[in-house]
This record gives sequence, structure tokens and C-alpha cells, in this order.
Amino acid sequence: MARIGVFICHCGENISATVDCPKVSEVAAKFPGVAYSVDYKYMCSDPGQSLVVNAIKEHKLTGIVVSACSPRMHEPTFRRACAEAGLNPYLCEMANIREHCSWVHEKGDRTDQKAIDVVRMMVEKVKRNNALMSIKVPVTKTALVIGGGVAGIQAALDIANAGHKVVMVEREPSIGGHMSQLSETFPTLDCSQCILTPRMVEVAQNPNITLYTYAEVESVEGFVGNFNVKIRKKAKSIDETLCNGCGMCTTKCPQKKIPNEFELGMGNRPAIYVPFPQAVPNVPVIDRLNCTYYKNGKCKICEKFCQPKAIRFDQEDEIIEVAVGAISICTGFDVKKTDFFPEYGYGKHKDIIDGLQFERMASASGPTLGAIRRPSDGAEPKKIVFVACAGSRDPAKGIEYCSKICCMYTAKHAILYKHKVHDGTAYIFYMDIRAAGKNYDEFTRRAIEEDNAQYIRGRVSSIYERDGKLIVIGTDTLMNHETVEIEADMVVLATAGVANQGAEELAQKLHVSYDQHRFFSEAHPKLKPVETNTAGIYLAGACQSPKDIPESVAAASGVAGKISCLFSSSELTREPLIAFVDRIAAPDYSSCTGCFLCQPVCPYNAIEKEDIKDRAGNLIKSLAYINPGLCQGCGTCVAICKSKSIDIDGYTNQQMYSEVDALLNS
Amino acid sequence: MSEFQPKIVAFVCNWCTYAGADLTGTSRIKYSPNVRIVRFPCTGRIDYMLLTKAFASGADGIIVSGCHPNDCHYTSGNFYARRRWIVFKKLCDFMGIDTRRIVFSWVSAAEGSKWADIVNTTNEEIIKLGPYDSYHKLSTQDILE
Ligand SMILES: Cc1cc2nc3c(=O)[nH]c(=O)nc-3n(C[C@H](O)[C@H](O)[C@H](O)COP(=O)(O)OP(=O)(O)OC[C@H]3O[C@@H](n4cnc5c(N)ncnc54)[C@H](O)[C@@H]3O)c2cc1C
Ligand code: SF4
Ligand code: SF4
Repeated sequence: MARIGVFICHCGENISATVDCPKVSEVAAKFPGVAYSVDYKYMCSDPGQSLVVNAIKEHKLTGIVVSACSPRMHEPTFRRACAEAGLNPYLCEMANIREHCSWVHEKGDRTDQKAIDVVRMMVEKVKRNNALMSIKVPVTKTALVIGGGVAGIQAALDIANAGHKVVMVEREPSIGGHMSQLSETFPTLDCSQCILTPRMVEVAQNPNITLYTYAEVESVEGFVGNFNVKIRKKAKSIDETLCNGCGMCTTKCPQKKIPNEFELGMGNRPAIYVPFPQAVPNVPVIDRLNCTYYKNGKCKICEKFCQPKAIRFDQEDEIIEVAVGAISICTGFDVKKTDFFPEYGYGKHKDIIDGLQFERMASASGPTLGAIRRPSDGAEPKKIVFVACAGSRDPAKGIEYCSKICCMYTAKHAILYKHKVHDGTAYIFYMDIRAAGKNYDEFTRRAIEEDNAQYIRGRVSSIYERDGKLIVIGTDTLMNHETVEIEADMVVLATAGVANQGAEELAQKLHVSYDQHRFFSEAHPKLKPVETNTAGIYLAGACQSPKDIPESVAAASGVAGKISCLFSSSELTREPLIAFVDRIAAPDYSSCTGCFLCQPVCPYNAIEKEDIKDRAGNLIKSLAYINPGLCQGCGTCVAICKSKSIDIDGYTNQQMYSEVDALLNS
Repeated sequence: MSEFQPKIVAFVCNWCTYAGADLTGTSRIKYSPNVRIVRFPCTGRIDYMLLTKAFASGADGIIVSGCHPNDCHYTSGNFYARRRWIVFKKLCDFMGIDTRRIVFSWVSAAEGSKWADIVNTTNEEIIKLGPYDSYHKLSTQDILE
């Protein structure tokens, strides 16, 4: 006979303000098989858990239903309580009456009835739960870091310094990400390259880190502790072991007029190139789309001048397989380009640039060597307009969110401008100045008070060209919504930060969730900010949402901490909620008919063939067998099996049918 | 309370829609309390006989919801769910089951408000269709009695 305990949590007032908890407990006490039912203010608190533990012992409970928050929140807590009381932890179920009930419905009879129904359904389910033993799996103590921006660099170094191996995969020819493009960084105005480059070099030199640049993740299989990753290392057309980074090839290449991506099109580069002088690794790649040899079959000038004979025109992409135990996604973000804005001329005015282009211009190593110049004629702009929130916080543009970094970098741009053009004036159109952060507000005040930045609160409706000037039309909402017209020499749009190109495809390869803006989703917005919903896969930096450098670095160190924890033991325990094929006595051995319909539907190739043989070795029957080490418990095979020979622990047919039955037959 | 309040059962996957419905809660978006959620690891696990079981035990409407195509936590479970649904729907039509009462949708872990919308629109649709008495009368209980 089942002896089920029901524990109704008030969650302070989170549940009890809407759901009549004592009533639910009273009704539940009368459900068949319920031996004990109680309601309590905070079931997850220490006294709450002791209540559960003691009740299990005292009433000799054979299963419990905790009716509280989502199982995604506290299931582990109550499973632990069961174990403490000597009850198998898998004889515990949670009825979600908070996220799925009290928080989403109005107080009333129908809501109480729903809570009662949900409890009844879980009582019927838990009666059919099986006692299970968790599965132990080995852990490969190597981490994969995808993306080599500042977040990826920090994560890789922290994990490597904790003594574990790291494989880093960067799509571009060099690591560094956006930070390597920045001039000086808020709120301290320290030079971006100066603080980043040493870290980049450290990555290349750390014996625990294997770096693959110009490479992408091709596929990922497996699960926490045991991922198999295929990396496509694109052909650089260079033998990296021979190249000494002299750069002779890049100076001799006759193709000189290819728009430089690193300079955002504001400079040119040859077909064989390193993206920027401090690149790590300092090895060039040949851009095959623009190289004369690949286009016309003639040239090979670089090969002639390459002393160590490192050029390899016949090099092919290489697929490298690595086994890793954990993965950190650090693929960063991108910014909208000026062509996104019809009202600002669709990017056709040369003197309207985006914030990243301004960074390159302000950078001593940039295309203008740090001088602020109009792209159209090279003149020094005396009046410059910065437009904050260009695209951000604008539902009409499909970007409702705040890009977070623009308020700060726009203030920085105004300061840098003033430091370079002393007699110039900077105007900033803004919606709000969002400068929350250590020394951030002080920084924007500095732009206003010391560097005379003219902040105008309002949006810019249009920008057009007149006599070589850019006419900026906006409103001043603090001055009776008056129209403001500024005749500017140059305009800088603080364009919205958006998800990086390819984020969606990567999420699909890794089976992690992403939001409607294609930013990767964290497992919990507050309590699991660096975890994804897939065990063993973490995320850090601006791939989650726009973030500044301190935040990206903090998240990356958080990931490194998580991964180091995971790697602290050589085995980890996994939930035993996996599928199995029934086995019965001879002469049938199993109800499985050996049709193997299940085999192709399993995404993990977990279904094998088991031959039942007699003593003489003659085949009696071939049956499906599910490898418990590979099965991830999706249950697709269960639904596909026509003889109902497969079942899955945690969601058995008995459990599910009873749940549905109990739900409605009240 | 004379007004008809339908009984709706939602079969959802753990990773996308269940989490999405959790987000609806965290965001305090209100929706009709007529829905009861049954959690599965993946829509691929959902045995469609459970749908007929749900109707038999009194449901007036059913929602099946999982991860968007390509976003399945287990790679492809939702594709099998969709394929089997196409076949099962034909069978339902053939047997005279009212397939307007079964709503198939995708709700991701980030789509809290979409979940509320789906429940509310399904609720309104089912109110229009009325109680599924014709099926309930056929239910096994009645036959056994
Ligand atoms: C104009 C501007 C000015 C800024 N100024 C400041 C400032 O002054 N101070 C400050 O704190 N912050 C500033 N920021 C923000 C700063 O740039 C970000 O916080 C930081 O770059 C985020 O680092 P990340 O590593 O997360 O992403 P990223 O820098 O974007 O790096 C991501 C890396 O991943 C790689 N990658 C992407 N996809 C893949 C893939 N599929 N496979 C492999 N690799 C991939 C990319 O090539 C890149 O190297 C500024 C941003 C902008 C746009
Ligand atoms: S072969 Fe290609 S990369 Fe080499 S010098 Fe010629 S154009 Fe440049
Ligand atoms: S439940 Fe079945 S289909 Fe899913 S992973 Fe396990 S064996 Fe494969």
C-alpha cells in the first residue's frame, strides 16, 4: 500500500496569497493513498525540510509530493531531503502551484481547484515512481571555449590556471574580439590594446591551452562530462609551424585594396593578411575569395618572398576531433550597421558612422592614427553629433531592449573627441543617461562638466545632407519638445548591440536555448546566470545580452569557477531517467519484436541490437537494447515503439496515463 | 458559475514549453486557470494515445507544445512528434475526433507571454466549441458501466 506524504508550501505569500493552502492540504489528505498532508510557510527552509524528513520517518512514507515552486527550482532540494530520511530520492515529485498557478491566475475557486488537481495528479504519479539509482559517468577534464573575445580569454586563462586543459576555438584569424578594436575604455580611459594584448599572448603561451583560430565548431555530440566535438579548422593556406610572422608576404601581395574588416571598411588590406599588428597568433591567412592566385591561377608572389617556405596553396580545411567535459560559449555580439536606419540615410552618407568605426578612428593604431577626420574629405569635424539609442529601445525597429553599453561609450566618445579637437563641440541626443555602475555616473558627469558635452534629451527623427553638412533634426523634450536642428560635420550612431552572426546555428548545434533576439538564454535569470539549460554548457560575455567588459569578465570567471567545480572529481552523477526495453522470461525474453523502428529515431545512437542465443550459440531472437551510458532520456523511442516494449523511468506509461486520468476525473 | 469552463490539458516538453510557462509565472502574466500541464521530457515522448485518454477522461481541449523546430534539447524529438502528429491527425479525422480541439504549438523557454496567449486563445476557442460531450459519452467508463 502506498503511503504518500503531501507538503503544501505557502512560499511566504507567493502561493498563499492566491491559493488557499490549508484547504488544498485538507482535500489532499483524503486522496487515496495519502497518509499525511500538511501546509507550511516555507517548505524549502531548514525547518521546512526537517518537517519533510521527520514526516517521512514518522509516517513511514513511501513517496512524497511537494506542492510548491517549479521542479526546475527545488526538486534537487527535496530529493536530498528524501535521501536524508532514508527514502529513495526518486520517490519525490513536485506539484508546481507557484509558476503555473498562483503567479498566473487570480485568487478564486477555479485557482484553488487547479492547485488541488495538480496535487492529485502528482500523487497518482508518485505512487508509480520507481526507486532509482543515479548513474555515474566519467568526466573528461578538458574545457572547450568557443570565441576568443575578452570573455573567452578570461574563461580560458582561469580554467587553465586551475590546472585543466582548454581548447579554444576562434572564428577569426586572431583572438581579441571587439575589445581589440576599442580605443580607450570607460570608465578609466585606459588603452584597450594595452590591457588586452598581454592576456592574448598569455593564451597563446599557456601550455594548458590549445588554440585554434580561423576555426569553427562543426558538430557537438554527447553530454556533460563527455562531449565529442568536431572543429573545422579552415585552410589558412599557411603552414603555421613554419611561418615566423615576418610579414614579408603581406607587404608584397599585389592585392592591396580589399576593405579591412578590422577597420570596419575604413582602411584596406592585402589578400594575405593578419587582421591587426598585435594579432595572436601572428600568422597570416590568405583570403581565397580575393587572392589573385585563387581567382586567376596566377601570382604566388607571396610564396616567392616567404623565406621559411610556409605558404601552402593546396592546404585544405581540417576536421579536428576533441573530447571535452564542459563547454563555454563566449561568442560575443555585433552592432547594427548604419545601413539599418532609413531615417539616417541607409548608410549612404559617408560622414555618418557607427560607434565601432569611431573607436577605430580614435585609436592610435587605427586608419587615421587616432585623428578624428570626416571619412568623406578628411577634414576635422568641428561639430559632431552623437545619437544614443540608435535602434535600441525601439519596438518599431524590433529591438525593445536597452543595449546597455552605448550611454557609456557615447560619453567616452564625447570626451575623446574633446581631447582631440579642442575647439570642437559635441552634441549628444539621448533618451536617458543610464550610467549605473562603479564610477560610471562620475564618468558621464565628467563628459558634461569637464569636456562640455552638450546633452540634448530627445530623439533624432532624420538626418540629411545639405551643402556638405549633415542636417540633424531632433527634439528637445526638456525644452517644450522644440525642434532642434544642428548643422553637423559628422554624426556617430550608437547603434544597437545585437546577437552575433551565426548565434542561432551554434545554439542549434549545442542544443541550448536562445531568445527572440538570438541571444543565448541562461538557465535562470538570477540564480543560474552563467549556466544554460543543457548541463555542462555555460555562457559568458556579450553572447547572452549586451555587456561591457567588467561584466563579461566577471561572467567568464564565473564560468571558469563552475567548470573547475565540475572537474573537481573524476566522476559525476547523472539522473537515471532513461529508457529501457522490457525483459521477460523465456521463451519470449521481451515483448520487443525486433522491428528496430526505434533505432533510427534515437538522436544519441543509444539503441543497440542484443542477440539472444541458445547454448549451442544459435540465434533465438534479436532484441533492442538501450545503452544506459548513451541514452539521454528524451523518450522518443517510447512513443515510437508499437509493441510498447520500451518505457522510460520518470515518465513511464503507467505514470503518464495515471497522471492524465487523475487530472480530470475529480 | 453556470458559464462553461472547459478542461484543457497541456502536454509540454520539459526544456522549452515547461520552462516557458515557468517564465510566464516569473513574469506574473495572467492566463486562464482552466489548463492543467503535464510535463514530458520531450514532445518526442508524447504517445498520442494519451490524447484520446485525455478526451476520454473529460478534457474538452488539448495543447501539445514543445521546442521550436531545430531547437529541440534532444536534437530531433520535436520533428518525430510533428511527423507522428500529421499521421495521427488524419486518423483522428477519420475516426471523427474533433481535431480543432487539439492545438499544436511551439513555445520556447524565452516565450513566457506566448504561452499565456496560447492558453487564452485555446480557452476561448474551446468555449466556442462547447463541452466535448459527444466524446465523453463514448468514454470507457460509460461502456463499462
Ligand atoms: C563602440 C563600442 C565601444 C565600447 N567601449 C567599451 C568600453 O569603453 N568599456 C567597456 O567596458 N566595454 C566597451 N564596449 C563593450 C565591449 O566591446 C564588450 O563588453 C566586449 O567586447 C564583450 O566581450 P565578448 O568576449 O563577450 O565578445 P566579443 O568581443 O564580441 O568577442 C567574441 C569573440 O567570439 C568570436 N566568435 C563569434 N562567433 C563565433 C563562433 N561561432 N565560433 C567561434 N568564434 C566565434 C568572435 O570572432 C570574437 O572574437 C564597447 C562596445 C562597443 C560596440
Ligand atoms: S597569391 Fe594571393 S595572397 Fe599571395 S601575393 Fe598573390 S594575391 Fe596575395
Ligand atoms: S530515450 Fe530512447 S530515443 Fe531517447 S535517447 Fe534514450 S534510447 Fe535514445
